[in-house]
Amino acid sequence: QETDTITDDLWDELEESLLAADVGPGTTDWLIERLRQRVEEEHMRTGSQVQRALREELASLLGPSSSLRFAKQSPLTVILVIGVNGSGKTTSIAKMAYRLSREGQKVLLAAGDTFRAAAIDQLKEWGERVGVPVISQHPNSDPGAVVYDAIQAAQTRGSDVLIVDTAGRLHTKFNLMEELKKINKVIQKFIPDGPHELLMVIDATTGQNALLQARKFAEDIGLTGVIITKMDSTAKGGFAFAVADDLGVPIKFIGTGEKVENLIPFDPQSFVTALFAQE
Amino acid sequence: MAMFESLSKRLEGIFSNLSGQGKLTEDDVNAALREVRIALIEADVNLKVARQFVERVKQKAIGADVMGSLSPAQQVLSIVNEELIEVLGGTDDKNKLDLSGAPPNVIMLVGLQGAGKTTTAAKLANYLRKQGSRPLMVAADMYRPAAVKQLQTLGKQLTVPVYSEPMGANPVDICANSIAYAREQACNVVILDTAGRLNIDERMMNEIITIRNRIQPREVLLVADAMTGQEAVRVAQDFNQAVSLTGMILTKMDGDARGGAALSIRSVTGVPVKFMTVGEKMDALEPFYPDRLASRILGM
Ligand SMILES: Nc1nc2c(ncn2[C@@H]2O[C@H](COP(=O)(O)OP(=O)(O)OP(=O)(O)O)[C@@H](O)[C@H]2O)c(=O)[nH]1
Ligand SMILES: Nc1nc2c(ncn2[C@@H]2O[C@H](COP(=O)(O)OP(=O)(O)OP(=O)(O)O)[C@@H](O)[C@H]2O)c(=O)[nH]1
Ligand SMILES: [K+]
Ligand SMILES: [Mg+2]
Ligand SMILES: [Mg+2]
Repeated sequence: QETDTITDDLWDELEESLLAADVGPGTTDWLIERLRQRVEEEHMRTGSQVQRALREELASLLGPSSSLRFAKQSPLTVILVIGVNGSGKTTSIAKMAYRLSREGQKVLLAAGDTFRAAAIDQLKEWGERVGVPVISQHPNSDPGAVVYDAIQAAQTRGSDVLIVDTAGRLHTKFNLMEELKKINKVIQKFIPDGPHELLMVIDATTGQNALLQARKFAEDIGLTGVIITKMDSTAKGGFAFAVADDLGVPIKFIGTGEKVENLIPFDPQSFVTALFAQE
Repeated sequence: MAMFESLSKRLEGIFSNLSGQGKLTEDDVNAALREVRIALIEADVNLKVARQFVERVKQKAIGADVMGSLSPAQQVLSIVNEELIEVLGGTDDKNKLDLSGAPPNVIMLVGLQGAGKTTTAAKLANYLRKQGSRPLMVAADMYRPAAVKQLQTLGKQLTVPVYSEPMGANPVDICANSIAYAREQACNVVILDTAGRLNIDERMMNEIITIRNRIQPREVLLVADAMTGQEAVRVAQDFNQAVSLTGMILTKMDGDARGGAALSIRSVTGVPVKFMTVGEKMDALEPFYPDRLASRILGM
């Protein structure tokens, strides 16, 4: 049968499906080159072999799956959640709070977005829905002060996990990135090994800008993980390969809807499979 | 994996062995356009749109003279740039907001979750009021926690009235009732802030179809995030088919996203860009200038 041979059309198709999934020209080129090399070295004969090899390469770019890291030295685990505007930070925090509470953890939330209109109310409403208390101050108050309050409250109440919401900020805004560093410092002052997770939230419908965002956040304050939201959309989130590979930062969760249950631990295999799924 | 190198540099590289005289041959042009295509995809222009665009440019570039002061690379870039401006709508009047109907003129904002609809509703109200209109904003998102409060807060900041109903009200009824309220209050522009939704969520798409049919807005604007990737085309096509878009607003252009999604949407649906937003403040709304976006997409 000649239908499964390695043809120019096959290479074109592979390239196209990667680019259409937002994998990006750089990573796509690299992958195609790598595959051509493997075809030679491993004497591959069929298109199916190439397809399988591509899935292996993609999965290896993503690295192994990785779960949330909890505090070892202090009784309190602090999770700081950051990202550009509207990516899904606040909603993902509610989902994590829901998840962790169900696992028996005593969770507290900090309303660190004191800037956006009704951001505090949004987090409070989620807190009520999930049954988790929220520490907040007035709109426009200093986010560092909110975080300070929240750490004190968490310690007094004997909370296990404190999740800090922050205002959306584009990575290009110097002042806002400085503000984030300050929030991070407040956490480190009271919890020397914290924050135990510095999670960046990226919207799956984002294109090539995702890598610039992640790189800047990683440089400025460091990242321990990524959450990709809105995977229930038709977008594939192909930027994830460059993000995970370039920065060596694991993807921890996938958001798959607007409900509290719609957060699932990241699984590299199913992410790669979904990349090639037709709608 | 190599970082994106500026397009003009890469084109200079390709033409380095060309004398800068004579006409561009098909081979020269093909080599250059391969780089252009990659640059467009790097700027989040949809793959198919990039391919069609490059085809268009090819016809114009082959045989072009490179005798003037422009280098071959500059020549190709300038053809690409002009064509981009053209596809983005040039000096088309379609890029302007149309509020020429009998008042109140209704502007309906639709789009994916988190694109910037609510913030943009307030910026638009602010913009229109400065132009002498009396806007009313309508809180038609009954799903997102504190969505109504968000719009009310912005309304209070701007002292622009907000029409809202208690939780549990039907968004279609809210919109319909708001028109009567606008008349009572002598507001001549009504801005509907709808909930974010996925283009493949049938129930939620039916909601905006019903609102559109019932209210017959003068403008139905897709609010699209400048950072959107390859899926922008599909999203815009689905929204356009559902509610017949009259325009789009490209948000979050204050970052370093190249905004190629706007080119994709414009070329596939013909829907014009009417505004860009460039920040979280209430005055961060700008009319759309195709030449600026073209330069941005090309990284110039
Ligand atoms: N479909 C879908 N929508 C989501 C998902 N996660 C979040 N959203 C929606 O995206 C929108 C923005 O979410 P938020 O949680 O407010 O985002 P944010 O990053 O906190 O936004 P800012 O604080 O304004 O920067 C809301 O309408 C959410 O319901 C997801 O996984 N799928
Ligand atoms: N930097 C920047 N942020 C923006 C811009 N426009 C909107 N935002 C921010 O993007 C986030 C989402 O904006 P919203 O107006 O809540 O978006 P939405 O489309 O109403 O969201 P949903 O109702 O959840 O679908 C907020 O943090 C806004 O402040 C912009 O032009 N630049
Ligand atoms: K998807
Ligand atoms: Mg938020
Ligand atoms: Mg909204």
